[in-house]
Amino acid sequence: MASSAFIPKADSQLAVKRGFMDRLNYLWRLLWRDRSGVIGLFMFSLVVLAAALAPFIARHDPLAQRLSDSRIPPAWDTGGVWDHPFGTDSLGRDMFSRTIFGARVSLTVGFFGVLIAAILGMVIGAIAGYFGGRIDALIMGPINLILSMPYLLFVVFIAAILGRSLLNVILIFGITDSPIFARVTRGEVLRIRESAYVESAVSAGARWGRIVFDHIVPNLIGPLITLATFEMSAMIFYEAGLGFLGLSVPPSVPSWGNMLAEGRKYLSSNPWLTTFPGLAIMFTSMGMNLAGDWLRDVLDPRLRRARK
Amino acid sequence: MLRYFVSKLMLSILLLIGVLTLAFFMLRVTGDPVSLMLPREASPAQIATFREAMGFNRPLGVQFWDFLTRATVGDFGNSLHYDSPALPLVLGRLPATVELAAVGLLMAVIVGIPLGLAGGLNPGSVLDSIGRFLGLLGQSIPNFWLALILILVFAVQLRWFPAFGRDEPKSVILPAFVLGLAVSSQILRMTRSTVLEVRGEDYIRTARSKGLHPRTIYLKHVLRNVAIPLVSVIGVQFGYMLGGSIYIETIYAWPGMGQLLQQAIGWRDFPLVQALAVFTSVVVLALNLVTDLAYALLDPRIRYGK
Repeated sequence: MASSAFIPKADSQLAVKRGFMDRLNYLWRLLWRDRSGVIGLFMFSLVVLAAALAPFIARHDPLAQRLSDSRIPPAWDTGGVWDHPFGTDSLGRDMFSRTIFGARVSLTVGFFGVLIAAILGMVIGAIAGYFGGRIDALIMGPINLILSMPYLLFVVFIAAILGRSLLNVILIFGITDSPIFARVTRGEVLRIRESAYVESAVSAGARWGRIVFDHIVPNLIGPLITLATFEMSAMIFYEAGLGFLGLSVPPSVPSWGNMLAEGRKYLSSNPWLTTFPGLAIMFTSMGMNLAGDWLRDVLDPRLRRARK
Repeated sequence: MLRYFVSKLMLSILLLIGVLTLAFFMLRVTGDPVSLMLPREASPAQIATFREAMGFNRPLGVQFWDFLTRATVGDFGNSLHYDSPALPLVLGRLPATVELAAVGLLMAVIVGIPLGLAGGLNPGSVLDSIGRFLGLLGQSIPNFWLALILILVFAVQLRWFPAFGRDEPKSVILPAFVLGLAVSSQILRMTRSTVLEVRGEDYIRTARSKGLHPRTIYLKHVLRNVAIPLVSVIGVQFGYMLGGSIYIETIYAWPGMGQLLQQAIGWRDFPLVQALAVFTSVVVLALNLVTDLAYALLDPRIRYGK
């Protein structure tokens, strides 16, 4: 980020202070200096708000069909009405309401998928990194196997076998995405374990609990949160992609992927059916990527300095 | 060097066995592979005949051993839809997919490397801002959506390119562009951050204080060190493109492996899906092996390290 040139200065001014509020304040200043981070966080918050308040924002039931009102263009087009700002689809369902409700599916899959992946991956990676040796080799073999395979292809393969349901999609992503969390956790645990500060803590007589909670966990959180942001953004992508192939949530659920799959049939005659769900995916993903870039810079002081 | 090569090769073989194991058990994850492949209205007699014909009634261990030994000689059974061996069907689709991925990669490299270099050498410049914005777009636009929008603009409205198929040379442009966009953003970001990193290294400072010409420093020190991680990214991304072209091939009706996969899923032709998954993995594993070797050739630190 262009403005990150200012960050090291703030670093030296604020690094001495400790308390929680000071840290929060410090984070906020870092955020404010990196405008694209602010924009990203704002975009993502909008999507979360839209998902949370969907029943209040949407003016129609996203499932209500009215065949007499089918394929009305967006309000600013000729023939459009402000009652349906984004127009209606082939069954006369309100596109605006469907796009808003679609955020719920994407965020649910992204959030729970990442949660499962992160928990599974952290446990597996921590065990591998902590015990090392044969246990490490035994665990990391399959992990590296999964990471070296064409990911999308296997996700499509499993989704086709398991069938369409929200739970299946969450489980598929949660399980298939855990190896990346395992690998990062293991690498970090190994690095931290070998670090000089852990060594000096051990020689100063610190117990394992203190080492784990005062040294290992705080150092793990940064890289894992950053990874989680990017993975969640990727999962929202993949979910929409599966939906587009007809392999995600059941067709009755308004999800961005399902909407794209339907809209594709009317691509040349009614392009708005394709435009809006795609823009929604792009908006969400862009917000998360911007926020993720910012988080990576803020949470990893090494990068903060390197980008000077 | 030989030792390095042999250890990498052994690892690839182990991974290959792992892929085969996964592909075998994935079909059985729901319990009964027969129910996956036959329509719901199949009669019990049909089910029994099918089970017998596919060998699903044998003990699991026997089936697994049979699958492994046949797979090593390239026999993945017959496609249910075409009623002919699955592997030749997959191989027949390979040239189209490779063409698409190669053109896409070429586009990605042409855009990504110069912009990444420019951005890394002059962070904050106009070119850097353009590059970073393109990088963000490439990361945030869903490729299946972009594919549709490009059809709408360049095929339906402007009529510059065909909307689908592989009938004329320029058919490849739209799908390859979409496939290459995400990759170019990866390459751009990678190049940029490596240049930034290398510029700060001690050996660059040493070269500068020796009084070397900036161009010599740039060509001999910066570019050479940037090339090393780039080779690895390009190798991995090419593998990703071979496996990730399912949407793009489906949308553009590009007759490659991705389109075949989508069709095979629709037909519930799981022997064909299995063959596609294993074959693509083999290609990706082979690419990774080649990348590792190229890496070792380029970087003496890897060759002589332990």
